[in-house]
Amino acid sequence: MAKAILYLEDGTAFEGQAISSDGESAGEIVFNTAMTGYQEILTDPSYAGQIVVMTYPLIGNYGINNEDVESDHIYVKGFVVKEFCRHHSNYRATKSLIDYLQENKILAIEGVDTRALTRHLRVRGAMKGIISTADFDSKSLARKLAALPSMEGSDWVKEVTTSKKYVWNDVPKRDTRYEIRDTKYRVAAIDCGMKRNILRILESLGCAVHVFPADATVKDINAIHPDGLFISNGPGDPAAVTSVIETVRQCVGKLPIFGICLGHQILGLALGGKTYKLKFGHHGANHPVKDLLGNRIGITSQNHGFCVDIASLSPSDVEMVDMNLNDKTLEGMRHKRFPVLSFQHHPEAAPGPRDAQYLFKYFIEMMQRHQDTRSQSHP
Amino acid sequence: MPKRTDIKKILLLGSGPIVIGQACEFDYSGTQACKALKEEGYEIVLVNSNPATIMTDPEFSDHTYIEPLTPEFVEKIIEKERPDAILPTLGGQTALNLAMKLYESGVLQKYNVKMLGANYEVIKKAEDRECFKEAILKIGLDVPRSGFAHSFEEARGVAQEIGFPVIVRPSFTLGGTGGGIVHDMEELERIASLGLESSMIHEVLIEESIEGWKEYELEVMRDNKDNVVIVCSIENLDPMGVHTGDSITVAPAQTLTDREYQNMRDASIAIIREIGVETGGSNIQFAVNPLDGRMVVIEMNPRVSRSSALASKATGFPIAKFAAKLAVGYSLDEIRNDITRETPASFEPAIDYCVVKAPRFTFEKFPEAKDILGVQMKSVGETMAIGRTFKEALQKALRGLEIGHTGLDNKLDYTNIPDEKVRQRLEEPNASRIFYVKYALQKGWSMEEIARLSKIDVWFIAHIAQIWDFEKELIRCREQGPLFPAELLRKAKEYGFSDAQLGKIMDIPETQVRSLRKKEGIVATFKLVDTCAAEFEAYTPYFYSTYESEDEAILQIQKISSGKKRIMILGGGPNRIGQGIEFDYCCVHASFALKALGYETIMVNSNPETVSTDYDISDRLYFEPLTFEDVMNIVDVEKPDGVIVQFGGQTPLNLAHRLHEAGVPIIGTSVASIELAENREKFAGLVQSLKLTQPANGSARSVEEAVKIARQIGYPVLARPSYVLGGRAMKIVYDEESLLKFIDEAKEVSGGHPILIDKFIDDAIELDVDAISDGKETFVAGIMEHIENAGIHSGDSACVLPPSTIGEALIEQIKETACKLAKAINVVGLMNIQFAVKGRTLYVLEVNPRASRTVPFVSKATGIPLAKIAAQVMVGEPLSKYRLSYKLVEQLKHVSVKESVLPFSRFSGVDIVLGPEMKSTGEVMGIGATIGEAFAKSQISANQKLPREGQIFLSVRDEDKREIVSIAKRLERLGFSFVSTRGTARTLRGHGIAVREVGRYDQGQGEGLNLMTLLKKGEIALIVNTPSGEDSQYDMRSIRAAAILHNIPCITTIQGAREAVNGMEACKDKELTVQSLQEYYSLGGHVSCAVS
Repeated sequence: MAKAILYLEDGTAFEGQAISSDGESAGEIVFNTAMTGYQEILTDPSYAGQIVVMTYPLIGNYGINNEDVESDHIYVKGFVVKEFCRHHSNYRATKSLIDYLQENKILAIEGVDTRALTRHLRVRGAMKGIISTADFDSKSLARKLAALPSMEGSDWVKEVTTSKKYVWNDVPKRDTRYEIRDTKYRVAAIDCGMKRNILRILESLGCAVHVFPADATVKDINAIHPDGLFISNGPGDPAAVTSVIETVRQCVGKLPIFGICLGHQILGLALGGKTYKLKFGHHGANHPVKDLLGNRIGITSQNHGFCVDIASLSPSDVEMVDMNLNDKTLEGMRHKRFPVLSFQHHPEAAPGPRDAQYLFKYFIEMMQRHQDTRSQSHP
Repeated sequence: MPKRTDIKKILLLGSGPIVIGQACEFDYSGTQACKALKEEGYEIVLVNSNPATIMTDPEFSDHTYIEPLTPEFVEKIIEKERPDAILPTLGGQTALNLAMKLYESGVLQKYNVKMLGANYEVIKKAEDRECFKEAILKIGLDVPRSGFAHSFEEARGVAQEIGFPVIVRPSFTLGGTGGGIVHDMEELERIASLGLESSMIHEVLIEESIEGWKEYELEVMRDNKDNVVIVCSIENLDPMGVHTGDSITVAPAQTLTDREYQNMRDASIAIIREIGVETGGSNIQFAVNPLDGRMVVIEMNPRVSRSSALASKATGFPIAKFAAKLAVGYSLDEIRNDITRETPASFEPAIDYCVVKAPRFTFEKFPEAKDILGVQMKSVGETMAIGRTFKEALQKALRGLEIGHTGLDNKLDYTNIPDEKVRQRLEEPNASRIFYVKYALQKGWSMEEIARLSKIDVWFIAHIAQIWDFEKELIRCREQGPLFPAELLRKAKEYGFSDAQLGKIMDIPETQVRSLRKKEGIVATFKLVDTCAAEFEAYTPYFYSTYESEDEAILQIQKISSGKKRIMILGGGPNRIGQGIEFDYCCVHASFALKALGYETIMVNSNPETVSTDYDISDRLYFEPLTFEDVMNIVDVEKPDGVIVQFGGQTPLNLAHRLHEAGVPIIGTSVASIELAENREKFAGLVQSLKLTQPANGSARSVEEAVKIARQIGYPVLARPSYVLGGRAMKIVYDEESLLKFIDEAKEVSGGHPILIDKFIDDAIELDVDAISDGKETFVAGIMEHIENAGIHSGDSACVLPPSTIGEALIEQIKETACKLAKAINVVGLMNIQFAVKGRTLYVLEVNPRASRTVPFVSKATGIPLAKIAAQVMVGEPLSKYRLSYKLVEQLKHVSVKESVLPFSRFSGVDIVLGPEMKSTGEVMGIGATIGEAFAKSQISANQKLPREGQIFLSVRDEDKREIVSIAKRLERLGFSFVSTRGTARTLRGHGIAVREVGRYDQGQGEGLNLMTLLKKGEIALIVNTPSGEDSQYDMRSIRAAAILHNIPCITTIQGAREAVNGMEACKDKELTVQSLQEYYSLGGHVSCAVS
């Protein structure tokens, strides 16, 4: 095992051992407090450009299987843990996490005091970091980090969005959790780095999902005559994704729109609001949110570094419908006149609790109403 | 929703005596509940028969009843106190069953008492297996295939249908009493009958065996707005088939993917909703087939449990406290998380460490019982360890057990263990299986083979293999040198190896490992348990040690730096027979008392069941094993001004010498004084110089010496190893042959310490005295007279306070002697003395300059908080400040009896006769105006319900024949009839008492006259059987065993029989009444002794 260093923007360094490939990798460093779900986290496109620190110390316990993927790639820039499991155990496992990381040439290190690192990030805020197995010179590492663009202002969506339009069909990797219903709704989904479980759930709710690249135009979208528009989760700063913001802005009031995570932030911007960067973000599977409409609490899966400032939106247009109980930040909003609804957390879970999965049904209801009014106006 | 205002007075039920399956975790939960409800301004009525609990301290509730936990007594309390509501979900199965009975008999309805947390229907749905199964299937979840039986014939039918092996589970019992895995019809007959017997509703479930499946538990909380959170997941290392209380368990679950974990989480939420637990915590168990992931629901506890105590300690999430708040109407989002202060309780803890719980067994106390584990719980305690890796946590847990292991070490040399034995120890779950996993690895067996034999998941075995592989690296290093490269030493510490363990492997003294380590800067770092994996700032100081880069304890100490003096209190570690809740009680009191004086208190303990390990008891809590190394690591960081070793039982006391040598400031009685009291020779000298009397004695370091001493002082002698607690391996020896046998057996226990030999004084009255001294003055707080004669361990003996048969002159002599001894030994703090009285001679049996098991009992009986005063005295407060005098005790208008509770029903094949080795797990207290009343209550509380009518079996040894006559005459007047064995019958007839003579079951006097038959038919209401010589004992063993099985009270001493008659007369004459401690104290003119 090669000695490795994790060097942070503020000059702090942590030592560890590289367990997979050698080399160097830099990105924004974030910690995730979920105790299970490393496979989903690694394959979540929202982590593009980030080095992920797992706060749970024992990672890799149940190996890697064929089903629990959220995309076809590993998107993290680096993976930092206390101890990688050397002998996994689970009936579904097909390979070990270490092999998986090696095959995908992901720079992963262990032996790090991840709790000290997490405390550091909590106190100092999110920052850039670089993992290296070759360069241990702090000056040189600092230079490399300085050259790395900041997460704020970076458009990462273009790195992860689909290259061409496709219709979701999960038959080859059928997920037994979700039964397939007859298709009743046609959904246009803008892929900003969409997690697969969103597709699986929409499919199970009777949606045919047409997935568009992020640069799709309103015309492209209208061409399929969708019942609703979905804007997905994804990486980076929402404010930088100007073309999608514009596309969405044009669709508001014309189509039912549902957004998750980055999609929610894009909606916030499209509705005239502002987003800001959180100190260290929300990344985990234990965040309590309150559904202000249903007056119920759910434990949610979260992964975001930016947040919509509800105060920046016109109260006559937009209202808060979901709130984070830890820091009172905005977790969900809806338009008062148009069928527009979005959530900052991840109702699709994977990984994490499925408490908020019911929220998808609001999207279905919006599309149903849209269908109903359309058929009334065009009998 | 704000708290409920329609209720003002709440009745809280405790769990009674410590028994296997129900230990001090319910004092922890009950105490939390009391505090939480008091905080909300409710008036609390508390009932618990266990005096050694913090919850029964009079300041924790408004009306504290130390009364039997039976429907009759609780009804009396309800009638008197008229509570608006009852909270039955915090006192274990005892409280739950009791509330159910009170509902069924209409008492709750009659007095309009609302059930909080869970109502009758909910509890029934969760506890009744048939209802539960139906509910689970209704919501689309899976259960093992099964059927119910109410008779043996039904059981046979169901078992045939499912096919062997099957599991028998009795409905409505505690800790799985009476259940078992059954492989054939013969076993079915035995276990099903036992199960039917122990079930409250005479019902057993016969179930598809899922032995060997992976076992999980989820701790769930729900509020009245239907918000549900999962507090913690637990995975058992020992798979299905071993009771979860006997399993090594790990938190969080390790080998579930997120998808499987979420399935389990969803199932738990669906279950708590379907069963309908309105508010509070529940525990749900699952089994998962390792081959295909099939998940079945095993059971649910609609109340806080042992596992929820563990989950609370493992995560920092106070389940019981929140359960109490939810019960009175709050919702989870309205309760703050104390640890982070910012976030609400409606979240799920994220943990960034690994927790391992290991059970502590006491099979050595019951040599006739096999240490085989099954679905019936057998462990008496547990230890919990926290580490950053499983390897570290496992090794810490194993050394924390205090069973002579320094970690996952090599107590046995694997080359000497036959393969067959290893295979058997892997296949058949047992108390030391984890070590056999390592022996098998040492023998070169593959992980897969070990997993196949043991059904332990290979994930766990692989970690043990890593420990062994690393140990091999150490051995190579030892052989080749250099001795210990820093890198290797650091890795060893990260893997959880203790200094002592490394010393053994490297063949160097432990102290050298320690100095080597410190030289290299390899020191323990402390991390916080904060419920949130460092995502938020934590305020509650709860630490564990590990070997990492950052030490958060140092940071916090620097930040607080209150300038207050610091006192560190060493707790007692895992409960065991002889060392349990009583010592935890003392530690908690010490912390309270010193905080009140303005000290900063630091608690060190490894027992997750306890109140002391609640994070808000002391200023800082270190959840660590009680070993020299682990304690020194904390001392290095905390630099305490004083360390208290005399409150946590023998565990910290055993460390006293080494800590003192290492320069740790031990406060109170000095180490030299402790040694003076514990060293037999020095102590004998002291007794002589004070002109006191001691039974002739000596201590022997060799067999020859022992034989010589015994001949000199004459048989019978009491032989025992020194430095042990609870009379471990203590025996009364009548001849030389038995002595030699004893010495041979005692070798393992004594660990190189000498063997003590005392003249055994037959037929003496034994007395226990608890006193406090500040080195100048001594206060004798309690003199307890044992009901059984000397020769029965004081922990097993019933006792009465004030003493019932000894006169004023003797009491004076006892007080004087106690003062003399305290002064001579220079006791500062607590002291316990055991005396024997025969004729006019007062013998000093032993002096223990530490907190004793009876401190809480004496405190409850007298209202004087002994442990608190002692703790303050130890930091220099003069005893005179408290204005104590024995008059306070003499003024008491009530009598208190302590009775012990024995675990015999758990260990089949073990005889129930008492002796000098302690066997009880817990105690109860009965309080009354007379000794008869108090004794009767104590018996009811100890589940030895004295009959009011019926037939009594009397069979006594010759020495007791005279006394049995007067006892029988009194019983006759109470309306009882008698059956007896030949000798006793002859004696009774000789005195004109009518008696029916029966043979034992094998003497064939025909149907009806056979004792065993009478027993089985339920025609015997009480057994009085005092055993004589070994042979006769053997004959009676099966009778006593049958008594246990059929729950017939069985008295084995003549003194016990005498007090029983007193008690029965007391019950006959008048209805027993209930009174709170607060009332008793004020009646005694006793001003509750304020300790500032």
